[in-house]
Amino acid sequence: MADTESPTQTKAPSEPSNGEDDIIRIIAMHKWFGEFHVLKNINLSVKTRERIVICGPSGSGKSTLIRCINRLEEHQKGQIIVDGIELTNDLKNIDLIRREVGIVFQHFNLFPHLTVLENLTLGPIWVRKTPKKEAEELAMKYLERVKIPEQAAKFPGQLSGGQQQRVAIARSLCMNPKVMLFDEPTSALDPEMIKEVLDVMVALAESGMTMLVVTHEMGFAKTVADSVIFMDEGEIIEENEPHEFFNNPRHDRTKMFLSQILHH
Amino acid sequence: MTPGKTEGPITVTEDGGYLPGTHPDLPPPSSVHGPVHWIKVNLFGSVTETALTLVAAYFLYSAITFLVGWMFVDAAFTGESRKDCRAVATGACWAFIGNRFSLFIYGFYPEPERWRVDLSFVLLILAMVPVLFDRMPQRSKALIYTCLYPFIAAWLLVGGFGLEQVSTDQFGGLMLNVVIGVTGIAFSLPIGIVLALGRQSQLPIVRILCVSFIEIIRGVPLITLLFVAAVMLSYFVPPGTNFDLLVRMLIMVTLFASGYMAEVIRGGLQAIPNGQYEAADAMGLKYWQSMRLIVLPQALKISIPGIVNTFIALYKDTTLVIVIGRLDILGIGNSSLADTKWQGLSTEVYVFVAFFFFVSCFAMSRYSLWLEKKLHTGH
Ligand SMILES: Nc1ncnc2c1ncn2[C@@H]1O[C@H](COP(=O)(O)OP(=O)(O)OP(=O)(O)O)[C@@H](O)[C@H]1O
Ligand SMILES: [Mg+2]
Repeated sequence: MADTESPTQTKAPSEPSNGEDDIIRIIAMHKWFGEFHVLKNINLSVKTRERIVICGPSGSGKSTLIRCINRLEEHQKGQIIVDGIELTNDLKNIDLIRREVGIVFQHFNLFPHLTVLENLTLGPIWVRKTPKKEAEELAMKYLERVKIPEQAAKFPGQLSGGQQQRVAIARSLCMNPKVMLFDEPTSALDPEMIKEVLDVMVALAESGMTMLVVTHEMGFAKTVADSVIFMDEGEIIEENEPHEFFNNPRHDRTKMFLSQILHH
Repeated sequence: MTPGKTEGPITVTEDGGYLPGTHPDLPPPSSVHGPVHWIKVNLFGSVTETALTLVAAYFLYSAITFLVGWMFVDAAFTGESRKDCRAVATGACWAFIGNRFSLFIYGFYPEPERWRVDLSFVLLILAMVPVLFDRMPQRSKALIYTCLYPFIAAWLLVGGFGLEQVSTDQFGGLMLNVVIGVTGIAFSLPIGIVLALGRQSQLPIVRILCVSFIEIIRGVPLITLLFVAAVMLSYFVPPGTNFDLLVRMLIMVTLFASGYMAEVIRGGLQAIPNGQYEAADAMGLKYWQSMRLIVLPQALKISIPGIVNTFIALYKDTTLVIVIGRLDILGIGNSSLADTKWQGLSTEVYVFVAFFFFVSCFAMSRYSLWLEKKLHTGH
C-alpha cells in the first residue's frame, strides 16, 4: 500500500452536528437489491468542508452507499438529503442534486470517444449551459490543477491509468460540485500511479472541498480525514476521528479489519 | 547459467562482444524480412505448398487471360445488333449495353425530362459530402441542405409546382435502384436507432412494441413484404385515394432494413459498459443528451461493420422490386434480352449489372473501413 506520508496532523473531533449546516444528511436509510438487504439503517451526516473516509471489507456496501447519494442507486427506506434537497423519485430534485455532487469511479469511466478537453467541457456546456470558450478555459484551469494540461488534446485511451483518473477528477471538478464522492479511486491503478492521484486528492482536500472517500489507502485517511467510517455487512459499525480509529478501534470487527489491512 | 555463478560481469555476449548496456540497434538479418523471404516462406515453404502455388498460378493465369480477352481484347463496342458484333469480334458484345444505356439508367423516364434525374444525382452527391466527411468547413449549414435534399429530390423527380408531373410508374433502371436504396439507407438508420433504444426502454409498452415490430419484420421475407405493399396496403387506405405504389415500396424496404438495423445497433449498445451510462447520469445529462453525446457515438462506431452490411444488403435487395412489376437495372436488362435483334447476350447484361452493384457496394465497404480507422481513438 502506498502511503502518502506527511506530518500527521491532529484534528479536533467533529462536534455533534445540529443538522443545519450538513451538506449531506442520511437518516435511517435502508436499501435492498431484490431480497438482499444491502444497506441497513444508515445514519450519516457530512458537514461542508468535512472529509470522511469510508472503509470496510469487500461487499460491505460502501460503493452502494455513496452511489445512493447521487441516485445511481435508489434507496427504499429512510431519507437522503443533499444540500437541503431530499432525494425522491422527483426527477427535478435528482437533477439538482447531481449538479452539486461529483463522483469519481474506480474505473475512471472517461468517455473514450472524446478528447480529454471534450470530456471536461461536456458537463459545463450541456448541463450548466456555459459558453464553449468559457468551458474550455475552466477545463484548462482544472487540468492544470491535476497537473496534466499538456494532455488536453489526447484521447483517454492514450493516457496512463493515473493520468486518466486525474482527468476524471478534473472532469468532476469542472461541474463545480459542492461535494465530491470517490469510490476506490486508486484501487484499479498500478502502485507507481497511486501517489499521483492521492496527491491530487490531498490538494483538493486542502482547498476545502467536502469529500466522501471510499478507500483502503490508510495513509490518506490518516492525513486528510476528519473522520473514518468502518462498514461491514451493510451497517456502519464504527465512526471515529482517524487517530482514535486506528490506534483505538472499539469494535472487534474493526480491529480484525485493520489488522488484516495493515499487516497483509 | 547456474545459480550462484552469475556475479562476475559478462563481458562478451554470444553475438559479437558488446558490453552490457552498449548493444546498438541492429537491422534484422536479411533472411527474415524482404519480399524474397516472404515468397520463400509463404509460397514455396514445402513440396505441397510449391505444388499448390504452381497450380493456383496456372488457374489464375488462364482465368485472367480469358476474362481480359472476352471483356476487352475480343469485345465489340459498336454495332446495331448481335450480328454486327459477331461479325467483328468473338468476345463480349458491349454494343448492346451501349445501345440500351439510357434505358439502363433512366428506365422509362420521359426523355425531355431526364435532366431532372441527372440534377438530382448531382445534388445527391453534394448532399452526401457533409455526411461522409465530418471535418468539412461549414458542416452544420451543409447538413441543413442534406436534410432538405429528400424533398428537393422528390420534387425534381415527381414534378409538380412548376415542373411537369412524371408518374412513378415511369421510374426504372439504375435510377429506381438509387431512389429506393438511398431512401432506405437514409431512413433506416434513424428508425433503427429509435427501435434499438426502444427495445432497451424502461417502459414496458415501448419495449413490447419495439420488440414485436423488430421480430415481425425479421421473420418475414422482404418479397412477402413487397407483395403486402402491392396488394394489401390498399385495403387500409380509404377507397378512392391513390397511395402511390413506389411510396409503399419505399416504406416497406425502409421498415425492413430498420428491423435489421435495430438489431445491429442493439449489439453496439450492449457493448457500452455501464460505467459510461453512470458517468453521464452523474454529470447530470438528460436521457437524450447522454444517448446523443455519449452512448450512440460509441455504439454506432462499434456497429459500423454491421450497419454497412445492412446497407449493402438493402442496396442489393432493391432488385426485388421486379416481383411487383417495376423494372430496375436488372429488370431492364432481363427485358432487353427479349429483343430479337440482341438475343443470346445475357452474359453481357448480367456482367454489366453485377459490375454496377459491385462498384457501389465495394465503395460502401471501403468507406466504412476508412471511417472505422478514422474513429479509432486508441484503447
Ligand atoms: N446491482 C446489484 N444487484 C445486486 N446485488 C448487488 C448489486 N450491486 C452490488 N450488489 C451486492 O451488494 C453488496 C454490496 O456491494 P458494494 O459494491 O456496495 O460493496 P463494496 O463495499 O463497495 O465492495 P468492494 O470493496 O468490493 O467494492 C455486494 O454483496 C454485492 O454483491
Ligand atoms: Mg465498491
